[in-house]
Amino acid sequence: MRAFSVVRGTAIPLDRSNVDTDQIIPAKHLKRIERTGYGEFAFEAWRQDPDFVLNDSRFKGARIMLTRANFGSGSSREHAVWALTGLGIEALIGEDFADIFKNNCFQSGVLTIERPKEDIDHLMNLVQSDPAVELVVDLPAQTIGTPDGSWSRRFEIDPFRKYRLLRGLDDISMTLEYVSDIESYEATRPSWMTA
Amino acid sequence: MSGKTLFERIWDAHVVPSPAQDAARHRALADAGMADHEELIHGRQEMLYIDLHLIHEVTSPQAFEGLRQAGHPVRRPDLTLATVDHNVPTIDRDLPNPDPLSARQIEVLRENTREFGITLFDIHDPRQGIVHIIGPEQGYTQPGMTIVCGDSHTSTHGAFGALAFGIGTSEVEHVLATQTLRQSRPKTMSVEVNGELGPGVTAKDVILAIINEIGVRGGIGHVIEYRGQVIENLTMEGRMTICNMSIEAGARAGLVAPDETTFLYMKGRPQMPKGEDWERAVDAWRKLPSDSDARFDREVRLDGSDIIPFVTWGTNPAQSVTVDGHVPEPDQLAAEHREAATRALAYMALEPGTAIRDITIDRVFLGSCTNGRIEDLRAAAKVVQGKKIAEGVHAMVVPGSGLVKLQAEDEGLADIFTEAGFEWRDAGCSMCLGMNPDILAPGERAASTSNRNFEGRQGPGGRTHLVSPEMAAAAAIAGHFVDVREVLD
Repeated sequence: MRAFSVVRGTAIPLDRSNVDTDQIIPAKHLKRIERTGYGEFAFEAWRQDPDFVLNDSRFKGARIMLTRANFGSGSSREHAVWALTGLGIEALIGEDFADIFKNNCFQSGVLTIERPKEDIDHLMNLVQSDPAVELVVDLPAQTIGTPDGSWSRRFEIDPFRKYRLLRGLDDISMTLEYVSDIESYEATRPSWMTA
Repeated sequence: MSGKTLFERIWDAHVVPSPAQDAARHRALADAGMADHEELIHGRQEMLYIDLHLIHEVTSPQAFEGLRQAGHPVRRPDLTLATVDHNVPTIDRDLPNPDPLSARQIEVLRENTREFGITLFDIHDPRQGIVHIIGPEQGYTQPGMTIVCGDSHTSTHGAFGALAFGIGTSEVEHVLATQTLRQSRPKTMSVEVNGELGPGVTAKDVILAIINEIGVRGGIGHVIEYRGQVIENLTMEGRMTICNMSIEAGARAGLVAPDETTFLYMKGRPQMPKGEDWERAVDAWRKLPSDSDARFDREVRLDGSDIIPFVTWGTNPAQSVTVDGHVPEPDQLAAEHREAATRALAYMALEPGTAIRDITIDRVFLGSCTNGRIEDLRAAAKVVQGKKIAEGVHAMVVPGSGLVKLQAEDEGLADIFTEAGFEWRDAGCSMCLGMNPDILAPGERAASTSNRNFEGRQGPGGRTHLVSPEMAAAAAIAGHFVDVREVLD
């Protein structure tokens, strides 16, 4: 997993709630057996609309995506995260995220930041009125804000997740250090589960 | 001190104690001068042991590739079961798969399960089927277990009192390599449905009513336990329908306490414990239900006697109304729902104020992990028997597993459906997610027994209304939605 530290860049405002993973990456693109190559199919149906924000050249190259509530709901497909990273997105800021999607983001080193509606309203307005405005996502400091510091908010993150994101540590190798503990647990499983 | 919930019992029994490695990490972090290093040993996460890992062709290939690259074996192939369901054809299975990408994906699962020694119910095995149907059918799914799968509808298995939830592909790889997952402990929610369901009202209507009540994000971060008289009176298949759609309310998982109905359903299934082990297991399972003084973080109550058949009108499963109702006026909805409702109605091509019964349909899909079991097919067949589907309607039945299909054929249900004009297909996920060729054409409107009415879910531009099997069957006959309670005697 790649390490995450500070991301400074423009943000794309996806001003909708309940964006499900079928919109982020439609099922017909899940036939491939690779982890990459999904960016071009991201939001495929919505991109048919020329007014859709992803078609607005002013937001090209954004590294941050602003969303509303319950982003990433529905299917567990991690391809949705791969589609977003394929677009160059490294951090998402929204009111909240669907549980499985949030875990998937973490696994790919994408940071999900939850802030109350007032903050999302503020950031949406800011970015919609000036697409060139940059935001800074600072994981070590656990803050998001404007580069000049005129607006800044702290966000919460599990300390262990933060530690691993900052170092880009691989979950599996860390868990495999616990193999003797796992073996001890296995010895205590009930007989009918081990038969 | 209050008692424990079913969820807490299962969770606590699966946290892997790790004194040895925690101490080692503690020393390493202290030596590295890490501040607050106590928090960095596990954070707010716990290492959970996984009793059953179900895999399928779509969300596993990248996980196996990761294992190969890192040189990791599968830790417990004996606790892992594979099948093909999401992307298999439901017709002409003896012919070569016309889609080379799909054929390759299925072949890769064969290669991976062979290489890593995992049991696979392959496409011509009668036990093949939707992963959440075959687990319970074969007796792999048992109370008190932790069950995961790279599929959000893993919550289905919660009907047995198992903690079951969907995971992404990286987590699939983690479970394959370690048989554990690092997870933060969810909150608990009780959804109690008391009273008695009227005739023609099904488990599907109950869960649509629940989602309508708590909303599509009402369950985020929570595990729901479904309780109350209505849940207790449901069959195991009905309970599976309820738990299946927990994720549509945003919940991490859904649970129902195991009881005599559960044990009766399970006994004698191929993977169930036998003899003394069965007795020991049942004794342990009886101790799982939540204590009477257990507390939940949130409690919701519904009166089951008030529930009548539901139909979704929008593009998320909470956008629903009872069959006697009308497509809503967005202006009359709560402010936070207006914009989404307006968008949904435009996508669905529905006028506010239209009676649900006046909505005509082009397609009917009977199947999925929500409603593709034998009782669903029996209930739908009862509505269809001796009738023909309406002109211009294209209807199909996709049984949830090869064994459901065989049983339905034995019981004469297949004949009832085909005589009425339904197509009778092979088992798989099919039109529920629209990965294989079973999709809606742009603009087509479907009555579907599946779980998601998202934009384009069943095919780009397709319009989905979620309903019970009985309601779907009645709509197929009439060509528009009808109140199935008026059709059944």
